[in-house]
Amino acid sequence: MKFKLALAQFAPRLGDVDANLQTILAYLARAQRDQAHLIVFPELALTGYYLKDLVPTVAARAAPDDPRMAPLFHASHHLDIVISFVEQDARWHYYIAAAYLSQGRLLHLHRKVYLPTYRLFDDSRFFAPGKTFRAFDTRWGRMGMLICEDAWHLSSPYVLWQDGADFLIDVSASPGYGLTTGTDLANAATVKNFLQTYATLLTTFVIFSNRVGIEDGITFWGGSHVLAPNGTLLATAPPFDEALVYAEVDTDALRRARLDLPLLRDEQRELIRHELGRVAKFELDRR
Amino acid sequence: MMNALPSLNLALARRVIVDFIRTELARFGFQRGVIGLSGGVDSSLVACLAVEALGAENVLGVILPYRTSHAASRADAELLAQQQGMATRVIEITPLVEPYVAAWNLDARRRGNVIARARMLVLYDQAEEFRALVIGTSNKTETLLGYTTIFGDNAVAIQPIGDLYKCQVRQLARAVGVPAAIITKTPSADLWEGQTDEGELGFTYDSADAILYRLVDERRHPEDVIAEGFDARVVYRILELMRRNHFKRVPPIVAKISARTVGIDFLYNRDWGT
Repeated sequence: MKFKLALAQFAPRLGDVDANLQTILAYLARAQRDQAHLIVFPELALTGYYLKDLVPTVAARAAPDDPRMAPLFHASHHLDIVISFVEQDARWHYYIAAAYLSQGRLLHLHRKVYLPTYRLFDDSRFFAPGKTFRAFDTRWGRMGMLICEDAWHLSSPYVLWQDGADFLIDVSASPGYGLTTGTDLANAATVKNFLQTYATLLTTFVIFSNRVGIEDGITFWGGSHVLAPNGTLLATAPPFDEALVYAEVDTDALRRARLDLPLLRDEQRELIRHELGRVAKFELDRR
Repeated sequence: MMNALPSLNLALARRVIVDFIRTELARFGFQRGVIGLSGGVDSSLVACLAVEALGAENVLGVILPYRTSHAASRADAELLAQQQGMATRVIEITPLVEPYVAAWNLDARRRGNVIARARMLVLYDQAEEFRALVIGTSNKTETLLGYTTIFGDNAVAIQPIGDLYKCQVRQLARAVGVPAAIITKTPSADLWEGQTDEGELGFTYDSADAILYRLVDERRHPEDVIAEGFDARVVYRILELMRRNHFKRVPPIVAKISARTVGIDFLYNRDWGT
């Protein structure tokens, strides 16, 4: 199966949902015109990242009757959409969420599990953590979603892989830091490095959508890209600039990669589960 | 002893800072910047980066001599402005400062602070006329040491080189073409005759950069920095300056009374809504 994937890399306005929705709809129109089948937006594309006390005022429910989400549900009749936003649940918890919308329906909602709260991050002051990593079926194959920090914990892609995901979608608002002599900022180099490792060792597609722009002096580095299941780069957006880039995805690459490198076939999941259980029990007994 | 900091990808630093200047002014509806030009490496570098970000016609260099200022300071500032094709204005601050200094018989340090704040006053007023924001020229070394006049030279809208140590400022200045004479001359606030930064601080910028980099960026223990061969007195002096001058780096603290207090639990980015 072949399909056309789009990555929309842009700079949301901080806390201006209406303006961001217009930008997103414009990207959707372009991607639809260019006959893309799936478009992936970066983390908190609808709201901007350093929201702090703006969180409750920019939130939306993950439902087609929410006025902020309705145009996106509607647009998903034309192409599948991965959109990230502040999700508000029925008991007034707020999550950093990513929704996979397809044919007017919510196929899957992922809530960011790992909320970085150190150095330049303060996520868990303002958000509740998600509790699950679950793969889900789409028209284009089985996928799993990660939001930024989720991907830094290598167990998250592992679980999604074992849950059948052939596509790992990582939506990010990654602020660049740590300038050295390298081509990239230090953390950008780290992200590129581990994503390529995931694609290669999990023999899955990796779809990375990262935002650009600046919020209070903190620069988001962009560099959105798509990796094939053998780690080769299928498409990449430039650093720092807004861009809409496309990748032609041929799912036969999964078959070929797994014939070359049958790591998925040989994975000893039960052994790993047993060993993790032993370690967890040991920790518990020791307390 | 290894004094040098790891070198930087200067092209990337330049890219990030130029984008920062353009974006962070534009978000508040400004396309123009005003910079106080001292003829030193910090303001020269900021002027070059601002010209790159905004265009020479959108950057105004204001030269603010006091009666004791070195003639060379003004000449270097004018040389830089000419090289960058940006307009300058020379505004003597002596008439502004002198009556107050004379009336209160100020010593050099107090007079220095008054001079720095008089410059701030003029820059903010010029910015209003030029429909611009004031672009700061503080580097990371002086910010961490607190080698600054609060509400004087640190009273600005944005700080483009605030995360670059002095030695990195020099490297980037070289890369963007600041004249060598400006880069290599002895750093001085030029607030009184014979003043030099290093003379006043009691240690060199190179040693301050190396020590600060280890303590702040690399989170090393002071004892380990000393064990590397750095002068223990300088290391502890720097730690003390960092702590004692922290008030210059934060907004004034507020006595909390109500349910939500600005700066404590009323938390928004400056860039809110833009």
